[in-house]
Amino acid sequence: MTETFEPKIVAFVCTYCTYAGADLAGTSRMKYASNVRMVRLPCTGRISPMFILKALQKGADGVLVSGCHPGDCHFAQGNYHARRRWTVFRSLLAFTGIPEERIKFSWISAAEGAKFAELINSITDEIRALGPFEQYQELQKVIETQSTY
Amino acid sequence: MAKIGVFVCHCGENIASMVDTGKLVTAISGHPGVAFSSEYKYFCSDPGQETVKRAIRENNLTGVVVAACSPRMHEQTFRKACAEAGLNPYMLELANIREQCSWVHTDRIEATDKAIEITRALVEKVKRNNDLQPISVPVTRRAMVIGGGVAGIQAAIDIATAGREVVLVEREPSIGGHMSQISETFPTLDCSQCILTPRMVEAVQHPNIRVMTYAEVEEVDGFIGNFTVKVRSKARYVKMETCTGCGDCIQKCPVKKIPSEFECELGNRTAIYTPFAQAVPNVPVIDRSRCTYFKNGKCAICKKTCQIDSIDFEQEDKTEYIEVGAIVVATGFQVQNTSMYGEYGYGRYKDVITGLHFERLASASGPTAGKIKRPSDGKEPETVVFIQCAGSRDASKGVKYCSKICCMYTAKHAMLYAHKVHHGKSQIFYMDIRAAGKGYDEFTRRAIEEDEAGYIRGRVSKLYEENGKLIVRGVDTLLGKPVEVEADMVVLATAMVPQPDAKEFAQRIGIGYDEYGFFNEAHLKLRPVETSTAGIYLAGACQSPKDIPDSVSQASAAAAKVLGLFSKEQLEREPVVATVSDSTCAGCWGCVIACPYNAIDRKEITDRNGNLIKRVASVNPGLCQGCGTCVSFCRSNSIDLAGFTESQIFAEVMGL
Repeated sequence: MTETFEPKIVAFVCTYCTYAGADLAGTSRMKYASNVRMVRLPCTGRISPMFILKALQKGADGVLVSGCHPGDCHFAQGNYHARRRWTVFRSLLAFTGIPEERIKFSWISAAEGAKFAELINSITDEIRALGPFEQYQELQKVIETQSTY
Repeated sequence: MAKIGVFVCHCGENIASMVDTGKLVTAISGHPGVAFSSEYKYFCSDPGQETVKRAIRENNLTGVVVAACSPRMHEQTFRKACAEAGLNPYMLELANIREQCSWVHTDRIEATDKAIEITRALVEKVKRNNDLQPISVPVTRRAMVIGGGVAGIQAAIDIATAGREVVLVEREPSIGGHMSQISETFPTLDCSQCILTPRMVEAVQHPNIRVMTYAEVEEVDGFIGNFTVKVRSKARYVKMETCTGCGDCIQKCPVKKIPSEFECELGNRTAIYTPFAQAVPNVPVIDRSRCTYFKNGKCAICKKTCQIDSIDFEQEDKTEYIEVGAIVVATGFQVQNTSMYGEYGYGRYKDVITGLHFERLASASGPTAGKIKRPSDGKEPETVVFIQCAGSRDASKGVKYCSKICCMYTAKHAMLYAHKVHHGKSQIFYMDIRAAGKGYDEFTRRAIEEDEAGYIRGRVSKLYEENGKLIVRGVDTLLGKPVEVEADMVVLATAMVPQPDAKEFAQRIGIGYDEYGFFNEAHLKLRPVETSTAGIYLAGACQSPKDIPDSVSQASAAAAKVLGLFSKEQLEREPVVATVSDSTCAGCWGCVIACPYNAIDRKEITDRNGNLIKRVASVNPGLCQGCGTCVSFCRSNSIDLAGFTESQIFAEVMGL
């Protein structure tokens, strides 16, 4: 490869903490990698594992899920549900063979603009090091070529 | 067929300098469903919004994406513009290409690519947006105030004076709370009863206030604007309607030696009693556990004495359900039980008392008629030692916080003591003197300079009795020396702690509480009187230790919030709520468990003959806050969240 691989990362974030934290990074004019695309949701509790799989299917190389710190959820308990769901989903990932490292989970509050910028840079580096996520596409090809019945 | 309009804002140079807006417009105009696209320097300006409105009308747009700043900034602005152009305001999405793109990236090509993808994803989302209508919830314009201390009384009077009905519920036989026990108040030294009693009377006589004393809130059901509160009025065994409060029954009651709760057990009461002389309402109650009649069926002297036959031994607890639109919780505090301080000998030595005891000793209506007499032998104490922070700011005793009022009331006690016992000597052991407040520091200075209160900076390690004196052994940290003071009486400035049943009560009515049991506000700084449960507000020391001015201020603030809620007959709120598809819901109730707001109920679906077909989940739109936790929880995909539906999110992801 002549040029470095630039991963595509989809972030599912809650509007009250992490989205606001990302806005703060913006208003503070912090600079970070441009690889992440944000999907704004009311709460991490709204984030279905299906969204994550969909993003990977669509061609994302990594996924970030981020919301309010435990105890700080605007909706009282949504982030606890998200955390529990993530724990279960992680074991499902292992079963399906999708590398767990491609999915990051973090807590970023509305005041943590700097942490947001740092996180985006670090996960971009990590996903870049993992290389493109091609398993799904390859699987898709196999299905297409074999789908004669 | 979707006709989406995309409006790319330059935000002056803020966006245009890093994002090639021309390229963005070109790229997006070819996207399926995009019927109109344009760019402009400031879409949030008046001419900018006019452009949006004109484009909506002229092109019959079915959805709008504004690629500009964060939705947290201008979503409302453009929703309003859409509405004015005849488009449902929820057919709008903001693509955040400023805060999350142009401002944070340094490569113009990368930033432009990202802006295109963000905008495209939201075009895909907005295609699947639905017309939504703000939800209106009817509001019962009657408030309940729980707790009849000074905070509750103030909140009730404020709401009632503004013309709304109030139900004030107090669990003791009289309203007044702790303030009625206090002798004088800092920093003005005016008599607590003298300023409080008129307020108590005003509350009970107010045409818009219904005072329910000796009553407990058992259950709170419903949601903002529509609460149903179950209140149990305990049997008084005295008829409220006819009793005139003459007090003959109290005079004649033969059971006279019951330690009075109101007097902190420094005085006695009878089995039929009012807690204090100025009780409001002035109707006694019979203490069933102490009354001879209830013990063995004999006596009934009170009944024989009462000339208007107001004693009714057959009375029973009465439960009623009261509909209210808002609730103010003002349940107050308790004084910490100091028995945990073995080294201070509280409970072991009669002359070691708490601040509240001292208030009763100093009170003109107290057991000593305002004379400072020590409890053990009734002698006037020559030396009094006050120990501040007895409980507060001591993590080992479980109270890490500062109780806020003790520095002030200890200074007040020293002053009252100096005014009443002229040759007396007071010594105060303190950690810091925290006298922040209007006139507060001047007050503590006065105690030191005019009334010669002796302040010793240091803690007390031990307290013991020797030759009829209490020996207080501590340290003076300013001198760096141990000190020993002989005292005739010791007053502990005990911590303010939550009511013993505060946590259980909070769970019952559905509000949050902290590690100690103080109720949690929605936001410590910006929403200090609201709880996270919409429609329930806080006032007074149930939230955190407070003095009288703070409690009264918060009560008035809570009243203002209640009146704001009551200013409309209908409550309008964002339509971002979950709905259940009855046809696919299997009734597994996973969503019921998931919902943090108890907003999901079980609903029965019957045929026309009333036969049960199935049970499904049903979301109460008044309670639902729109977090969407239930949606992700649903196994059969039967719940969806308006504004963030499954199809919207999947489309958004596919658009990236």
